[in-house]
Formats: sequence, C-alpha cells, structure tokens
Amino acid sequence: MEAFAYAHPATKQEALGMLGTDWTEAAVMAGGTDLISCMKEHIIIPKRVVSIRGVAEWKGIASADREVRIGALTTIEELRENATIRKQFPALTHAANGITSPQLRNMGTVGGDLCQRPRCWYYRNGFGLLARDSKGNSLVPNGENRYHAIFGNEGPAYFVSPSSFGPALVALGAKVNLTGPNGDREVPVADFFRIPKSDSERENVLKANEIVTGISIPSGGAGLRSATYEVRQREAIDWPLATASVALSLEGGKVRDAKIVLGHVAPTPWVVDAAAKSLVGKSITEATAAAAGDAAVQGARPLSQNAYKVQLARVSVKRALLAAAKEGA
Amino acid sequence: MADFKWPAIDKRSLIGKRISRLDGPWKASGSAKYTYDINRPNMLYGRMVTSPHAHAKITNIDTSVAEKMPGVHAVDIIHPVGQEVLWAGKEIVAVAAETDDQARDAMRKVKIDYEVLPYLVAYDTPQKAEGYTRQLNEATQGDPDAGFKSANAVVDGFYGLPVITHCCLEAHGSVAEWDGDKLTVWASTQSVSGLAGGQGGYAESLTAKGIPTTAPNVRVITPVMGGGFGSKFAADTWGISAAVLAKKAGRPVKMMLDRDQELSVAGSRPSLYAKVKIGAKSDGTITAWQSESWGTSGPAPGGAANLPYIFQTGLPFKRRHTTVQTNIGPARAWRAPGHPQFCLVTMSAFEDMAAKLNMDPVQFLLKNMQYAGERNKGFGTKDYEQELAKASELMDWKMKWHPRGDRTPGPIKRGLGVSVHTWGGRANDSTCNCTIHSDGSVEVSMGTQDLGVGARTVVGIVAGETLGLPLEAVKVNIGDSIYPPAGGSGGSTTSGGISSATRRATNAALNKLLDQVAPSLGVPADQLEAVGGKIQVIGNPGKSLTWKQACAKLGPATISEMGQTDRSLTSVNVGGVQMAEVSVDTETGVVRMEKMVAVQDCGLILDLKTAESQVYGGMIMGITYALFEEKVMDQQTGQHLNADMEFYKLAGIGDIGELVVHMMQGPGYDDRGVIGLGEPPTISPGAAISNAVANAIGVRVPTLPLTADKVLAALGKGGMA
Repeated sequence: MEAFAYAHPATKQEALGMLGTDWTEAAVMAGGTDLISCMKEHIIIPKRVVSIRGVAEWKGIASADREVRIGALTTIEELRENATIRKQFPALTHAANGITSPQLRNMGTVGGDLCQRPRCWYYRNGFGLLARDSKGNSLVPNGENRYHAIFGNEGPAYFVSPSSFGPALVALGAKVNLTGPNGDREVPVADFFRIPKSDSERENVLKANEIVTGISIPSGGAGLRSATYEVRQREAIDWPLATASVALSLEGGKVRDAKIVLGHVAPTPWVVDAAAKSLVGKSITEATAAAAGDAAVQGARPLSQNAYKVQLARVSVKRALLAAAKEGA
Repeated sequence: MADFKWPAIDKRSLIGKRISRLDGPWKASGSAKYTYDINRPNMLYGRMVTSPHAHAKITNIDTSVAEKMPGVHAVDIIHPVGQEVLWAGKEIVAVAAETDDQARDAMRKVKIDYEVLPYLVAYDTPQKAEGYTRQLNEATQGDPDAGFKSANAVVDGFYGLPVITHCCLEAHGSVAEWDGDKLTVWASTQSVSGLAGGQGGYAESLTAKGIPTTAPNVRVITPVMGGGFGSKFAADTWGISAAVLAKKAGRPVKMMLDRDQELSVAGSRPSLYAKVKIGAKSDGTITAWQSESWGTSGPAPGGAANLPYIFQTGLPFKRRHTTVQTNIGPARAWRAPGHPQFCLVTMSAFEDMAAKLNMDPVQFLLKNMQYAGERNKGFGTKDYEQELAKASELMDWKMKWHPRGDRTPGPIKRGLGVSVHTWGGRANDSTCNCTIHSDGSVEVSMGTQDLGVGARTVVGIVAGETLGLPLEAVKVNIGDSIYPPAGGSGGSTTSGGISSATRRATNAALNKLLDQVAPSLGVPADQLEAVGGKIQVIGNPGKSLTWKQACAKLGPATISEMGQTDRSLTSVNVGGVQMAEVSVDTETGVVRMEKMVAVQDCGLILDLKTAESQVYGGMIMGITYALFEEKVMDQQTGQHLNADMEFYKLAGIGDIGELVVHMMQGPGYDDRGVIGLGEPPTISPGAAISNAVANAIGVRVPTLPLTADKVLAALGKGGMA
C-alpha cells in the first residue's frame, strides 16, 4: 500500500476536521476489514486514514421513544447478540448470522457494512468500479458475471451491493445518520444506496467529507415481523448469492403492509414493491409466499452466466416470508 | 543378528499404534518455525514485479527509479528484454529492500514495456480453441465397435472438472543467506535433499546466472512446512532470485509469495472434460468404452487421459485426448496427478449406466471387477470387494441407498455415491544414519522432509520399534540437507522410503551394539534382542542389560550405521473405496455434505493416527474441489479473477459433514510392507460426491464444482426439481 497519514480523533468535530472534499484526501476507517485490503490492492489510495473508533458517541445500541438507534461503530457481533434487535428486528439478526467469520463479526461494524466497497472481481482486480476495458466498454456483460447483478444492470454498473444489513434496513424503513461540515442529516437507507451512472458517482450518496454515524430504525409495534433469508454456497464465510429481507405488519393473521427487499442481486438493495403489495390482505402460506417470490423476480434481466440468481432471489423471498410469519408467532 | 524384517503383529510395540505426531505441540503452540517465520540478522525482503499480460514480449525494462528508492539494495532481472511471457503473473524483476513495504513500493516503480500478443485463457471446447490445440492421443483396445453392438444399453455422458490450484496454506518461498560461496536456504520445499543439485536446482540455476555454485555448497533447511501437494519440488524462479538478490546485496533475503501469486502462478491441476459413451449388458457387464476428452495444463502440453480408470483390463475401448495449451499459470503435480480427473469421468459414467439399468452402483462395480485387474499379487479383486463391503457397512448403504432420484417430499433430496481408486506409491530412495552414543542417546538422521503428514513421527516410531525404545528416546533429525540424502516427497513415496531406510539403519546399528554387549551377557549376539528398553537374551528378561548399561559398553566409541530404502520392506498399489452422502436443496441448488466414508489400504500402517489424519485431509481436499474450487480466468483481460480466498473458495469446518475413516489392516494388507498414503484418499471424493448428487436429484450435474448455478441448470433439464 502507499504511505498514508494516520489520525485517530476522539470527537466528532476532530474527525470531521480531518476529512477532505475529495475522496483521495482521507478515508474513514471503522473496523478496517475492507479498507485495509482495498489499500493493499491499491483500489483505494488515501493520503490520510481517519480511524473513528475512538469516537464514543457512535458506539452502541439504544432504544429511544419510537426508534432504535444503532451506532455506526457497533460491531456485527454486538448487533448479532443484542436482545432488542433480535426481538424487534430479527431480519437484522439473521443477516448478522450470515456473516460466519468470527473475525469479521468482531472487527466489522454496522457503518462499515453499509460503506464497504463492492466485491466485483473486475473492480478488485483494478478495472474500476464500473469494470471497463481500455476502450471504456464494460467487461461484465461478456465476461465472468456469475456473481453480478440481475436487476438494475442497465449499465454502466453491474456489480452487486455487498451490504448484509442494507436490505433489512430498507425493509424496516430505517434511516442512515450522517454528519458533515454542514451538520447532521438523515437519509432513508433506501436513498443512501444508488446506482452510479458515471465514473464520478459512487454506490452511495455519502460525500467525501461526511461520516456515517448511525442507523435509526422505527419501532414497528406488536404486529411487525421480519426475516432475512440468504443463499450462500458455503457455510464458511461466503458472500451470499442472493438474499431477501422482508418486513411484514400483520393484523389478525393477515398482511396489512409488507416490504420486500432483495440483496446481492443489484448495485443497491433492490426493493420489489409489486410483490409486497400482492400480499396485502392475505395470510402468509407456502402458496402466497411462493407467489410473492415469483412476483419479486418479474423484470429480472440476467446476464450471460447468472440466470440462476433469479431462482435464488425467488426462493429467498419465499423463505424469508415464511420465516417472518413464524417469528413471534 | 536381529532381523530387519518388520516384526510380527504381536511383537510390535510402536508400529501400527495410535501415536500423536511429534511436532504437534510445536505447531499448536506456535513454536514451530516455518520458512515464513525465519528472520535472519540484517535480512532484506524481496518482492517480484510480474506481468499484467497473459502473453507478451518484453521490449524494455527500466529499473533505474526503483534502484534509487529508499531501502532498496538489489535488483534482479529474472526475465530479460526480448523474452516472452506466457501467463499473467509471470515474474520479470525482483527487488530487495530493508522492509517488505519498501520492497513493494520499489516494485511499483519498475517500468516494463511489453508488446502484447494474442492469448487464450478460457475456452468452451477444443473446436473453439483453434491454434492452441497441440497434441492428440489416440488409443484403442480390443474391438469397441463389437462391444457396443453387443450392449443392451448405451449411455452418452459429458463429465469434467476445471483447473484448480494447490492453494498451499504456507505460500511458496524461501530465505537465502550467503557465507562466502556457501549458500543456506530455508525453503518451503518437498525436496530438501534434491533442491541443490539436479535440473533447475540451485547449483545449476545460480551458475547459469553468473554465480558459480556447487550442490555441496548449498544447504537446505525445512524443519516444518505448510503443504505442497506436488507444487514444491523446485528451487523455483523466486527461490533462485532470492539467492541472487542475497548475493548482490551481501545480506540475507526473504522472499515469500503473496496469496494471489500462490494461487495464480505456483501451480495448478489440469482440467479434464470428456464425452463418454459406454455400453453394457442388462446384467451390468460393461461391453465397451469410448471417450473424446480434452483438458489444459497451461502453456505446456499435458499428458494423455488414461480412461477408463482402473476398469481397463480386457475392456474394449477407444479414446482420444486433446490438450489445449493456454496462457494460464503452469500446471504442477497435484496430489495423485491425473487420478482425480480420470476417476471422476469414469465413475460418473459407470453410475449413469447403473442408473439406466436400475442397478445399485455397488453391485455394478462388483459385476465389472474382471476389468479391474489384480492390485495385489494373489488377491484377484478380493481387496476391492472387501473394501466395498466395509464401506457399505460403515455408510449403511443398503439401508440408505435408493434408485436415482430421492422421491421423498420437500425440496431437500438426499443421495449416496460411491467411487473406487488406486495408486502406486513406490518407495523413494532414501538414506538414513543411525548413531548410538555411549551415553545411550540415539539419533536418526535423514535429509527428508515432513510436509505436515507425520514423516518425522514415523521415522521415530520405526527407530524406537527396532531398538526397543520408547519414541521419546530417539532424536529424529530431518529437514536439513546436511543429513544423508532422501528422496523428494511426491507420489506417496516417502513413508516407504524413509521407514525402510530407518529400519535398515537402526537394525544395523543395533546389531553392532549386540556384538559389543554379547560377551557380557555370555551368549552370542544372535541370541540377543532389544525389547522394552533392554538388551536381553531372547525371551529371558532376567538376563539383560538396560539400554543405558548396554551403550556404556561402547566406551569412547560411537556406533554410526547407514541404511537405505529396502523395497523388500515396502510394496506398491494401494486402493480404496469412498462413499458420500449429500443433501441437495433443489430450490437453491446448494449441496451439503452429510457424511463421507473412506476405506483405505496402505499396506503396513506405521502410525494409525497420522494415517487416518492423512485420509481425513484427502477427503476434505476432495470435498473442496468437488463443491467449490475453480480457477476463474477472464478471456477479455487474461486475468485470474479469483486469486484470493474470497472467491477461490475452500471448504470450512461447517462444509465437511461427518467423516468416517477405516484403514484396511490385518492379513493380506499389513504383511505387504509399507506403502505411501498421501495421494489415494483425495482421488475419489469428486466422483463419489458427484454420484451422490445425481442419486439425490435424479440428474447428472456434468461438471465440478457442484455449485448452485450448475445444480439448478441440471435440474432445469430433468430430475427431481
């Protein structure tokens, strides 16, 4: 890796003062599980690394009046073991369970999960986030695309969002708390992620001089059920091939409201509203869950090698719905 | 004279017992020093600049900026201007600097210009690889056309497995240090005694690079090493370059590969794909085999595909093989070279035929034993039959097996698969020294190496057994080329070589000792034996000297005797049977291992515990290539895309399921003498697991690894979806 300056601020103000308006000036480090490997591979070359692990106010999980707040520095393991999260938002606990490496669970953070860079192997081998050849054409459509996007892949982006918690947070209607030189702001998680349309855009709306400080999840009340289902090739640490996170609001055994979000199938967590709406007024059964799975993958556009992910997304939705209906039942 | 033949089963004190490896505590506590752990005073770190192109000609190399970088002490041009590179990742220039980071920084300042040339790194079929297909092998035996005519059933199948890597836990590399014209190398190698001399060894390669060196001036040290699997026999580009840099800088140099280099350039296993036609009678007897196969070994031409596997004696066949020379990293011997590939193709075709005939595949194999030939003289095919019976019992095969396609409701389908395998394992040429000191201490020394399999321990076991001493009383000196030369550890040749050489050396030393002490016990030396830490009159513990008392009779003298590999104490041709039980989620295509049974013969077992451990390791390596491994090459860029451990996937503990190992022992097995065990247990897993998946889901997944995409694609064509 290239030489860099290292800073470890203790307060928000100190931390913000160390960032620049350009991404090459500074990189924020929480657990460092992704950043360090990106730096070793020269994918990210910051002049300064700003470790925010000393900023106490961004740690921990707290229940407030109508929401639960998860500090960005909360580790995956802390989230996974948290009883409030497990009770109120099992979709998040399921997603944390899917990260099967103790090392990553203990070092990786919730904020880092949202901000980690995509794992597209062209990107990681130095061909840029949009994976272009020397003529500017994307390498993905005619290349090795078994793990790439089946939604939101009109180009130039074909990677999938690597976030484990993103889909569940979108399903739960959570917001990302950001801070920057102009103060704090809140962005719905659904709007935090975006599909870059050019080389000047990234996979989220975070600015170079901003920091993710936490997540706020609205308390869902007694009728809220949620679940995440992941298809992974291995039990050992492995990126999911496809996931679904669902949040249901049940009333008298019937769906009053539903949210279905797919993971690892698009450059962002992928919301499938039509499938969710089709469930309203119904109870969750093998048949309605399977039908929602079918509806969820309408409009998928598989690439040359990844048609199988359509089926994996379909079955993930079905199984997540069945699991959610069972939660708290 | 004490006899050098292996002791009878009731006379063994150590051989065949369950003994923990001597180096276990060092490894578990972290005190074992691997090559990576060696740090010498004033040591520099070496790093190599590699080619980003899969095929190119080097037109210019400019190291002037790199040479002036902070901490840089030496630069070595490995692959000069004018030469071609044949794969991405080929080493061009090496630099040595005070710190690893400085070496990496300097490496990035070396400027190399290339004339980029056309390349091939990925292809579907040889027809689509025109200009790169280099070699055809054709063979016919008997009259296959007549065989097909007489068949009641014919099955056409397609089977294959991709290029995979060795992925040694300890990456390749070395530390090189000069003292005048003497070179010491701490190397992660499978060939401690062979690394200095011979073709491509340190002496030849360094002399060619203008550093005159002779083999006796090169010392190779490898006390422990972290796996080689066939990829660590040579000094290698990086080993030679570390020595060159060390010479130029006048300081020791450590150069270990990074994980991505390890995966891309330090060895791979050739692919094999085959279209197979097989004919059989209604009773299961195979009548003919025909195969059209191809595969790639990287830039060099590969060998022929020896199909069908095992079942070849008297079976009419016709086969043709094409090798495709591609611009990927070069192949190296990979644990049982060729066998896992031939086994997968053959056992898959057999299972498909058994399914077509609605036969239990175990019965199908038994029906065709006539073609297996005789593995052990005088055994006929009884050994395979006994092993199939034992494996069936341990798997509960008869209870669990069902015809192809699990018809129980729900998406999870279970299935069983079987495969058989064989391997030669002829003992390598090793030389052992046994020294008995007058204070009673014993040293056994040999320039062999322990790749992590228990070589050190079996040397100690044989020495202790021969001398009537406990394991702890023997000092085992291995892993250093100052000791008497031993063969490289490849092809399951080590145990036979080192155990027989140790037996001969320790037996000779013992006989010298018996000669010395015979007068004081008042009997001729041939009436003495070494048992239980004593030298005694045979069968008479009352007339004895303790080992220490006996050795004291040596006075100022020392006994030092040599022994060499004795093939009368060893044999060849082991075999085994493996059975796999899997569950397949037919909605996701994900395969999970439930249970695997291995029944294995390896002749006389020296240490039951490390023998079983070898088999466990082979099964795990096999599960990994069956389910996960593939070297993914991108034709657009020529790059190896998954040169990391995120997407070059290996099994973790949760992916392995229950493993059951049974070693064949007793009459007919252990009276054969010692035979190596490294290769055989990793041959069958791919075939057994692929067959189990087919049995579960009712349709063949043609190629490994058996990933979700392929399982779903196969289910799309039929089966239990």
